[in-house]
Amino acid sequence: MSAATLSPVSHILRAVATTVVPEAAALDVRAWGEVESVVARALADRDPRVRRQLATFLRLLQILPVARHGRTFTRLSAAQRTAFLESVERSPIMIVRRGFWGLRTLIFMGYYTRDDVGAAIGYRAHRDGWAARGRPITVPPLRPSLRLEP
Amino acid sequence: MIVDRDYDVVIVGSGAGGGTVAQELGALARAGVRVLVVEQGPRLRDDEFTGRELEMAPALYEEGGGFLTADGAMTLAFGRVYGGSTVVYTGTSLIAPERVIQRWRVAGLTHGDLERRSRKYMAQNNVHNLPPELINDNNRLFVEGCRRVGYDAHQFPLNLKGCRGSSLCNLGCPNAAKQGTHRVQLPNAEASGVEVVTRAEALEVGDRTVTVRVSQRRLTDKGLPSEWAPGTYCIHARVIVLAGGSIGTSALILRSPIKRAIPHVGAKFTCHPAHILVAEHEHPITNDVGHPKSFYLDRAEEERFVLETCMYFPFITAKNMTGFGAGHSQLMRAFSRLQMILVLACDRTTPSNRITVNSAGRPVVHYTFTDETIEAMVRATRAASRIFFAAGAVRVHAPSADPPLLERHDVDRIDTLIHARHFQPGRISVSAAHLMGGCAMGQSHDAVTDSFGRVHGVPWLRVADASLFPDALEINPYVTIMALADRVAEGIKDDAGTLLESVPALGEPLRRELSAH
Repeated sequence: MSAATLSPVSHILRAVATTVVPEAAALDVRAWGEVESVVARALADRDPRVRRQLATFLRLLQILPVARHGRTFTRLSAAQRTAFLESVERSPIMIVRRGFWGLRTLIFMGYYTRDDVGAAIGYRAHRDGWAARGRPITVPPLRPSLRLEP
Repeated sequence: MIVDRDYDVVIVGSGAGGGTVAQELGALARAGVRVLVVEQGPRLRDDEFTGRELEMAPALYEEGGGFLTADGAMTLAFGRVYGGSTVVYTGTSLIAPERVIQRWRVAGLTHGDLERRSRKYMAQNNVHNLPPELINDNNRLFVEGCRRVGYDAHQFPLNLKGCRGSSLCNLGCPNAAKQGTHRVQLPNAEASGVEVVTRAEALEVGDRTVTVRVSQRRLTDKGLPSEWAPGTYCIHARVIVLAGGSIGTSALILRSPIKRAIPHVGAKFTCHPAHILVAEHEHPITNDVGHPKSFYLDRAEEERFVLETCMYFPFITAKNMTGFGAGHSQLMRAFSRLQMILVLACDRTTPSNRITVNSAGRPVVHYTFTDETIEAMVRATRAASRIFFAAGAVRVHAPSADPPLLERHDVDRIDTLIHARHFQPGRISVSAAHLMGGCAMGQSHDAVTDSFGRVHGVPWLRVADASLFPDALEINPYVTIMALADRVAEGIKDDAGTLLESVPALGEPLRRELSAH
């Protein structure tokens, strides 16, 4: 998603993101920009229709609550936002459920691929494996198998 | 401008199938036969395997691992890199069950033959069981939970050499330990004179031709530039071997003029649909260190499911849990206390599950969960939940329960709480990485190839990948793909007198090689 496509709906995306991942509300401006960049990169190689569909879906999420609550999504309370998105997630219409699943996937990608978030939740995978946990193991020397130049 | 190139054998794809055929034709290459492998993905340097989700997924997987079925209800993961999916699997190495091969009923294919060939590649790939001291808590708890429930878990033989326990197998081993085709068969093939060109997408198969587009490496891309200059090539060959995987091979034929000569392509697609189940323990466990998939429970014959240990990364874990918000975040914050099990259903072929292409020639996978497959996933989820609780978990996240979080006191109500009525496609996450069928072996009236991957009616065209499977394999498939690819290579050597008779290089060395074969 280009910046131009994302900009008009970025406030809706942020409101959805902080409902999907409440901790995302603590992200500063720079961190939020990084989350948006991850979403944009994930969509960059996709069919342009996917980007337009995402923007359209976000606009729908913004206006649909008006019928029930008399307010747009971004003006709802946190509890109302959660209840509304739960109803979207359980929609009897497959394409609506699928749209929300895709949106939450992008939000999770933007948030949970951050190094600081990995550390905060206790994710400690390291290329050195057991040795990085203080349990060195003896392994045979690695076999160089890839040539370095084409 | 299209550049013409001439080869004797062209292999499309470099994974378990293509890499194996390339290696097995190495003797022909040494004798002067020109063998080329075209791979759509890049060739990565060892130091580019960083284990970081955001970097590795786009570099290694088709669509970054986010390829969806036509209705968007299931994610299909498959590799697109030098070595194909053998770069991104966990190295689990099993021989096809005899009952499955008998059920396939492919004329000329016996379990004994597949087993013999499978053992050859297992030896070549250093397949062995990890010693007990390298088994982490995530796996130990699975074994203990199975024992307490009354199940018999088995250890996965693994194709590793120098595993340090990074747990990052699915992002490409950062320590070059996994013995995929990128470490074993392809280097062997290249040492024999087989040529490999990467970043080369096969666009179309014509009459003994493959049209290939070689892409330029972008500045932000991982991997080396292609061995060929960017552009479009028409590669002429006497034999063409398709090994781009179930989806890649089927789509390539379906967007080519040759499809008119090959009915039944795209049919008989199966994929072992899977859930990632997560359970929370009271205390931290070793989960994101050590090999992630060391044990499994095979209930395929009795209940049509298989359970495997697994450990995924934060984003994949978050994506695969149902729901969102505070409850979801709470479980994610317990990452160091999470145990994980992958549940796989043994699906069956059905006419509606098939591969097609869209107007742009891109693959489209149509997949509907049958009632039998949903029931198998539900049974698997119930079994996994019992195993979690028996292992001491305090709560379990089960996608086909609503709400998905089960507490320890729910253990007696598992059958009620986990139910097919909660299996709601589009809401719950389902993924698959064992993509099979599309160019099934069998008789010409309902299949694409014979048991040596020879395409019926097109003697110069062969298939050598999981698309050959006429139904689900019910185990992790790469060893079986290699065994079948070994047969394909043997078939090419058998037919070399006819297929390669006009090869200029055919001289005494090649005649000796073929005679020895």
